[in-house]
Amino acid sequence: MYYNEEIETMSREELHRLQSERLVRIVKYTYDNVEFYRKRMDEHHVAPSDIKSVDDISKLPFMTKQDLRDYYPYGTFAAPAESIVRFHASSGTTGKPIVAGYTQNDLDCWSEGVARCLTAYGLSHKDIIQVSYGYGLFTGGLGAHDGAHRIGAATLPTSSGNTSKQIMLMKDLGSTALCCTPSYALFLAESLENDPDTDISRDIKLKVGVFGAEPWTENMRKELESKLRIKAYDIYGLTEVSGPGVGGECECQDGTHLWEDMFYPEIIDPVSLQPVPHGNRGELVFTTLLKEGMPVIRYRTRDLTYLDYSRCKCGRTMVRMGKILGRSDDMLIVRGVNVFPSTVESVIMEFPEFNGQYFITVDRVNSTDTFDVDVELRPELYNGNMSGILKLKDALTWRMVSVLGIKPAVHIAEPGSIERSMGKAKHVMDKRKF
Amino acid sequence: MIIEQLSIFLNNSIGRLSEVTGVLGTEGINMKAFTLSESSDFGLLRIITDDNEKAVTVLKRHGFAISSSKVVFIDLQDDTPGSLSIIMKRISDLGISVESMYAFSTADGAKVVIQADDIERCNKILMK
Repeated sequence: MYYNEEIETMSREELHRLQSERLVRIVKYTYDNVEFYRKRMDEHHVAPSDIKSVDDISKLPFMTKQDLRDYYPYGTFAAPAESIVRFHASSGTTGKPIVAGYTQNDLDCWSEGVARCLTAYGLSHKDIIQVSYGYGLFTGGLGAHDGAHRIGAATLPTSSGNTSKQIMLMKDLGSTALCCTPSYALFLAESLENDPDTDISRDIKLKVGVFGAEPWTENMRKELESKLRIKAYDIYGLTEVSGPGVGGECECQDGTHLWEDMFYPEIIDPVSLQPVPHGNRGELVFTTLLKEGMPVIRYRTRDLTYLDYSRCKCGRTMVRMGKILGRSDDMLIVRGVNVFPSTVESVIMEFPEFNGQYFITVDRVNSTDTFDVDVELRPELYNGNMSGILKLKDALTWRMVSVLGIKPAVHIAEPGSIERSMGKAKHVMDKRKF
Repeated sequence: MIIEQLSIFLNNSIGRLSEVTGVLGTEGINMKAFTLSESSDFGLLRIITDDNEKAVTVLKRHGFAISSSKVVFIDLQDDTPGSLSIIMKRISDLGISVESMYAFSTADGAKVVIQADDIERCNKILMK
């Protein structure tokens, strides 16, 4: 099922024409209305008339989160104050938050994006959608709410927290879909399992989970699907671009379709800032093609992923984004090669003999970079055999060479010997002095 | 005869051996044989104790990576030059590959522990 079949399945040629027409318009609009864009473009010696199609997009300068902070609160707004109908703000952990302003058209585009996602998950006006994302400045709650409303579903705006009430309403009203972060969904699932008064297969009517706002793995999907007896789908978005519903998965669960008619994606090399060939990994960059309130042009998300332009089995022609592989801020340059800790992690995870804990140490000895990776043995798979361990060490080393392009010194360590951190896991130590 | 040997994976760091032997001592487990082989980052400690089952339980509880395997234990009454050579020839004649081995000599003869790719056949040929 499609929400907007004409757009979602339009030919790539038609889409290119539509994107180009919209890009030309938004570039002129921001240049005419926002000092920030005018200054930036002038500095880069590019004029709105230089942009004739999306193929010219690489002539335009990038913008970053720091720009949004520097021009806080209204500096990147393009619409007159009286046409702004709502504000949202991202959860800035340090300093000023990122504030976004939306016109009515912006909210309509946003809810259309969410509506396309919900329809792709198989939801319709017949469903009861429980929105357990937080309502407020965070875009999750109201974003999912407006999308659910748009498809005519019954919206249950529980917001986040108060798990026992969430469970009571979920059971009593018979919610058929749940929108929240995957980690909260897991917490809810565990609470349901431990509730003596609940038999999930009898009392819970959920069939779909709409999970986003944080990265999650394929294993987490399997766990949520089996615990809650649902199909779990990814929904992607960010406040700077609009909110949840910049893209979402379809029934194939094979990549997140981005709504390219509204949000133009690019993948760039975070170091050279040049576009990478189709299908290669790099940093995701967005240009909002229709935003009026606070548009962004070539906004660097810092999210690392890749784009797949092949046609999806669902019939949608819109590009599919792979899983978010990490953030470009974390990237190391070792012996001239770009190394992402998340890639190292994924290679280690290919080996069941390791428990997934790891630590990367980079140093410089005699003007050569050293690159050491410590991994822990999974005790259940230890077989006491010296040659087996040495073979395993070799296998990991050569797998890293083929994936990363440089050779690490792999050290196999006892389970529990790599230091754990309480909060966000710390996996890298760069001892080089530049 | 075939007996059980324990193998413990240890980081190559100061104090690790003292910790593992400390645990066994505290739990009243006596070691009958002990050998250590090392790589640059880690060592494999192989021990035979008077209560292997208990040793596995307590060492696992202390977070050690431990596994047990079968080895051939030979009690050589005849501790004279050339006696080990006879045994080794019998093993190699059968095409059995020795993965690791160690030996020690006591007042009542020499003891040999052999870890091989075919424990059953290795044991059989040596029992003859």
